[in-house]
Amino acid sequence: MVTTPHDPGSAHLDGNVLAGPLRELFAVDMTSARTECVGCGQRAAVAELETYLGGPGVVARCPGCHAAVLRYVRTPSTAYLDLRGTLTMTVPMPAGGAES
Amino acid sequence: MRWQLARLVDAHPETATARTLTLELDSWPGALPGQHVDLRLTAEDGYSTQRSYSLAEVGDSGRVRLTIQRLADGEVSPFLADELAIGDEIELRGPVGGWFVWDPADTDPVLLVAGGSGVVPLMAMLRARRSSDSKAPFRLVYSVRQQADVYYAEELGEIAATGRDVETVIVYSRVAPPGIARSAQRVMAADLQAPGWEAGNGPRCYVCGSTGFVESVTQALVHLGHDPQRIRTERFGPSGG
Amino acid sequence: MAITRGFRGRRLDADVELPPGQYLTQDFPVLSAGPTPRIDRDSWEFTITTEAGATHSWAWQQLLALPQDKPTVDIHCVTKWSKLGTAWQGVSLDVLLEQVESTADYALVHSHGGYTTNLPVQDLLDGQAWLVHQYDGEDLPPEHGGPVRLLVPHLYLWKSAKWVNGIQLLEQDEPGFWETLGYHEYGDPWREQRYAGD
Repeated sequence: MVTTPHDPGSAHLDGNVLAGPLRELFAVDMTSARTECVGCGQRAAVAELETYLGGPGVVARCPGCHAAVLRYVRTPSTAYLDLRGTLTMTVPMPAGGAES
Repeated sequence: MRWQLARLVDAHPETATARTLTLELDSWPGALPGQHVDLRLTAEDGYSTQRSYSLAEVGDSGRVRLTIQRLADGEVSPFLADELAIGDEIELRGPVGGWFVWDPADTDPVLLVAGGSGVVPLMAMLRARRSSDSKAPFRLVYSVRQQADVYYAEELGEIAATGRDVETVIVYSRVAPPGIARSAQRVMAADLQAPGWEAGNGPRCYVCGSTGFVESVTQALVHLGHDPQRIRTERFGPSGG
Repeated sequence: MAITRGFRGRRLDADVELPPGQYLTQDFPVLSAGPTPRIDRDSWEFTITTEAGATHSWAWQQLLALPQDKPTVDIHCVTKWSKLGTAWQGVSLDVLLEQVESTADYALVHSHGGYTTNLPVQDLLDGQAWLVHQYDGEDLPPEHGGPVRLLVPHLYLWKSAKWVNGIQLLEQDEPGFWETLGYHEYGDPWREQRYAGD
């Protein structure tokens, strides 16, 4: 009774656009990190998540089951990162460790 | 990573609806082709908004280049495409992104597929190849609606004419110019096949354009046997209201 | 933050008073946090669940058979646009809640796709909230929340849940999708309650 096809209006972009916001929080690039979806177990790079930017915050969804795996809001004083849809995150590290 | 001020030192029209900006930075660590920067614009009353733009040139000299496509109903792109003047300063953060990048030390063949303004980060890869001593075979398939929409037309012609193992192909989706046999249509599987860049050659594929474009090209590449693990994608588009 | 010379954003000069920090827009921006569901009217259903666990449901034809209101209201999105004089048609929440036995103080609104938002029950009553199914004389299109969305225009628009399918009445407040992520639990635009703590 409810279908959720890909929006013909292409309402989403992808997680590449999260590089700047996440680099504000983390010492390394997080768009190459692989997430594991709580709902369906699919692994995807953050860069590959279906990312909706228009609303009050950013919602990045699993390309397999469309569940929210990462949500992010930046207010003037606080960054909120919600990863309840993510089971694990695997982060490639640059040789020699994180940049300063 | 901090915001810093970038100064507009050069601007020229790329097409009737796009402008290439050269921005100068006091501190720029260099970048990998495919990376992008975030720009932050702030109005006098404190209203502020930010956007992400791919580098068209990675800027080893402390100068970076962006090409801004004016979106008809855009909030930021008309300002950047029409109003920002030489000498004006704008806040910039970057380079950022580590997924949709090409490493000039990598020797594998590379297949680039661009839709419209999605050519920008792929151009950064072509330029980086040229300015390094890379011999990686490169092929660009660049889809535009019509001839007038082609970015970097002269330079692309030059790269194709002078580079060894570099091919650039422009395909037209709406109006093909006279003398082009291929009828105007979107990128098809046949456009993505060429000796040297077949699935069996194991190229790295970079696909950039609108969400619809990226999804249809990716599907076609997978269908042709390309390893999904070697296809990297970046979706361009308006970021919403 | 450094001022960008000449940058004004999308704002028009408004000759009416708007909530602080808002700008006027003529179009109707579509903001989405997920794919737009296509919901068949014939299988649409809306359910109110009370704090005691009792449920009351309405199907599409039952909603249409209830008394219809035609509110014309100003709407204010927390992303800073406001739109004036928007015309809707739907059923007042007073009509629906009248049929429900509850003393709960809080409501958690649910939508297709898992979206939620919370607000006091008091803000759903006294002609302040509607389930709307028409906008500007036409069926409410999916991108604006059709077939049916909640309309609570005196709060920021994220409270006016699109694709609404239920309201849970609760004795204790439970934060929704954006309220768990830094947005204000109440969201009064005139007091600029954008973020938690505002």
